[in-house]
Amino acid sequence: MKGYNTVYFLKEGVKSIFQRGFMSFAAVTVIIACLLISGSFALVAYNVNELIAEAEQQNELLAFVDETLSDTEALGLAGSIYAVSNVKSAEFVSADQAFVDYSEELGDDADLLEGLDGDALRHRYRILVNDLEQTEQTAEELEQIQGIAKVRYSYELADGIVTMRNIVNVITWLIGALLLVVSVFMISNTVKLATFDRREEIAIMKMVGATNMFIRWPFIVQGFLLGMMGGLVAFFAQWGIYTYAGKIILQYAPVFELIPFGSIAITMLVAFLVVGFIVGVLGGVTTIRRFMRV
Amino acid sequence: MVRFGNVYKNYPNGTRALKGVDIRIDDGEFVFLVGPSGSGKSTVIKLITAEEKATNGKILVNGYNVTSLRSSQIPKLRRTLGVVFQDFRLIENKTVYENVAFAMRVIGASSRRIKQRVPVILELVGLAHKAKRFPHELSGGEMQRVSIARALINNPQVILADEPTGNLDPVRSKEIMMLLEKINELGTTVIVVTHERDIVNSFSKRVVALDGGKVVSDATGGYYQV
Ligand SMILES: Nc1ncnc2c1ncn2[C@@H]1O[C@H](COP(=O)(O)OP(=O)(O)OP(=O)(O)O)[C@@H](O)[C@H]1O
Ligand SMILES: [Mg+2]
Repeated sequence: MKGYNTVYFLKEGVKSIFQRGFMSFAAVTVIIACLLISGSFALVAYNVNELIAEAEQQNELLAFVDETLSDTEALGLAGSIYAVSNVKSAEFVSADQAFVDYSEELGDDADLLEGLDGDALRHRYRILVNDLEQTEQTAEELEQIQGIAKVRYSYELADGIVTMRNIVNVITWLIGALLLVVSVFMISNTVKLATFDRREEIAIMKMVGATNMFIRWPFIVQGFLLGMMGGLVAFFAQWGIYTYAGKIILQYAPVFELIPFGSIAITMLVAFLVVGFIVGVLGGVTTIRRFMRV
Repeated sequence: MVRFGNVYKNYPNGTRALKGVDIRIDDGEFVFLVGPSGSGKSTVIKLITAEEKATNGKILVNGYNVTSLRSSQIPKLRRTLGVVFQDFRLIENKTVYENVAFAMRVIGASSRRIKQRVPVILELVGLAHKAKRFPHELSGGEMQRVSIARALINNPQVILADEPTGNLDPVRSKEIMMLLEKINELGTTVIVVTHERDIVNSFSKRVVALDGGKVVSDATGGYYQV
């Protein structure tokens, strides 16, 4: 494409934006709102996923070994444990070691140890799973193993977090898809108005032999610019909102520390601009296809 | 160069606008296309520009086989044509200069070539001194000159004018016809649709008369009969 044509398309695209300034403003605002809503949900989902990853690290199962087994036999159970499909890792902890760990952990409250049940005297395996959702089933399978007396795990934590993640993920995708459609619709309407404003110019362009692409480019550029503007503004707004939300959360629920925005800023910017680009160009292209038979 | 071979045109609503039209116009000719209202004159123009498709028959325009033209080729055909309408069709918020330059701009001409050519064409139609005016600041005759300048700007082989004087008084009409005659003398083929008997008869040109979708007379140096 020749350079002066590109300049022409840009100029005409910008002109169309200002010709219907209010409509353009509305379209960009809607895109920003859409991106912010989906972006916020995506950020929540991302943080929840990180929480889960962390929980997965901590959410171990304890498989207690039957005390009738010898130490060698207890160590030999590792093979059977690893044979359970969902098991990621299994670490043998002797009863003595466990006792030491407990006392260290409890420190001054060491006298609590006196109240410990019989499990305290058993060897055990600390087991991590791949998929938290199948924790319950995995525990049952582990209990089937000859020599494992009992399996303990905090089921509720696992189940609650996973449900929450699934809900947030579904909501994120649903809202994202819905708002994408709304955004395309807004751009499409703005571009439609521009083709209406320029119907006489378009008629003359066709008459003197302008190619279809030449006629269409300014409208594609218009959609593109609107989309990119939306993406860019939304990014900075999202940045502000996220940082602010982080402060509030830190104030009221210091256990939940948000992932710092800096570590996801580039991904977020690229995502917003790509969505802006797609929404803009899609809005432009669908409109001229439907309303400008050239 | 325009050739119609046994051309039929039926509009979707069933109107049979052309019923077997044969016309042959060679390069450099000046032709009046006359006939009563509804006889099919504008339809002929629209078939030449590929704005409408012939129902049957063969149309050749400046080497393009219009009846079997792919839509991607239509812009190329149109660049060999300059079209002038009764209602001028100027862009209101563009100056005279910009209206003419626009037609060059949108087929991809560079600013340098536009700056060279537009003043030359405005000079030719006698509007160099009004280049910065807007359409609403012009008389009807002047507006039609702008529209003729726009039709000429891309150096077409054929000018098609559909009732170019329909909105003008007799004196302005005569002037416009003389301008078209001058353009023809410079080498461009000119086809003028009109039903103004006096004007046709005051020029001694070829006259093709349509009636009821058929060519009823075609005489060089002829008069507007019927
Ligand atoms: N788009 C259309 N759809 C249906 N019928 C049409 C269309 N355009 C023209 N016609 C009909 O075709 C016939 C020829 O029309 P055309 O416009 O070619 O006539 P014309 O000779 O230019 O008339 P006028 O001198 O009034 O401009 C008329 O009966 C007209 O009503
Ligand atoms: Mg007509």
